[in-house]
Amino acid sequence: MQTKFKTALLAAGLMASGGTALAEESFSQWMISLTRHKEVKPVDNKAYKDECSGCHLAYQPGLLPAKSWEKMLNEKALSDHFGDNASLDADTLKEILNYAVANAADKSYYKRSRKIALATKTGDAPLRITEVRYIKRKHHEIPEKMIKGNKDVKSLSFCNACHTKAEEGDFDNDTVNIPNYPKWKDR
Amino acid sequence: MKKLCASMAVIGALFMASTARATPATDELFARYKSEGATGFDAERGNKNWVKESKVEGGEMMSCTTCHGDDLSKQGKHHKTGKVIQPMAPSANTERFTDVKKIEKWFKRNCSDAWGRECTAQEKGDFLKFLLTK
Repeated sequence: MQTKFKTALLAAGLMASGGTALAEESFSQWMISLTRHKEVKPVDNKAYKDECSGCHLAYQPGLLPAKSWEKMLNEKALSDHFGDNASLDADTLKEILNYAVANAADKSYYKRSRKIALATKTGDAPLRITEVRYIKRKHHEIPEKMIKGNKDVKSLSFCNACHTKAEEGDFDNDTVNIPNYPKWKDR
Repeated sequence: MKKLCASMAVIGALFMASTARATPATDELFARYKSEGATGFDAERGNKNWVKESKVEGGEMMSCTTCHGDDLSKQGKHHKTGKVIQPMAPSANTERFTDVKKIEKWFKRNCSDAWGRECTAQEKGDFLKFLLTK
């Protein structure tokens, strides 16, 4: 019995490690993993984390589909990145683009990323996470005064103003704390 | 008493000037800017450019201080994203001006944002000279 269990464990381990070699996050890895992939994959690339968080929350690649990252992460687009110049040297840009595309919503098995992938499957590639239908729907019920009119939030773009674990890729309701409206609960 | 204050101010100023620190990174950049045509660097000129206001798209007036603040030994704040910017003064932030790539990256971005064009080698050198006195 014990040997059988060990063999199974070994097989599982082999499958998982085999998966790593193939892709950032493979199907087998996802099947075997003990942690539930409910949220969005946390950022695990240093260049991506350092460069993006140099200016804002390093939005996880799993929050947009690959076509969006391709549209955003090129030299021309970065010279006017939502009104700011965010130019990168060619090597860094290449690493960041590759990482973003490999871990984009439509390449991820994380539950929230799957929903984003589905919502962006057709139509133009959104450049803003806040344009994604699924994200819009999720925030639909929150009154404007709590976001735009809230001096400690200002915009839906500042995920981490309310999502206290946004940096770890956790956007669960239970982790939300709207500044100045601590008692508001999503229904 | 007044005299004492004045002389102390002079001594203080001298002391400040002598503590203007250079790093291997800034030495490298000064040499590079010279090879790109710049001739001698001036902290005073850097200071003037630092506070010079110019109009960016949207009609807004901007200078370096818009985001970096008036006191370089304190944190600044990005005018759009609200990101906290660590102090520019090396006296308050020892990490400043120690990485050639980082300095050049931010010159490229910030000159474009504040002035709508890239800075010249001369302007960049003057800025560094000025900031190193802080």
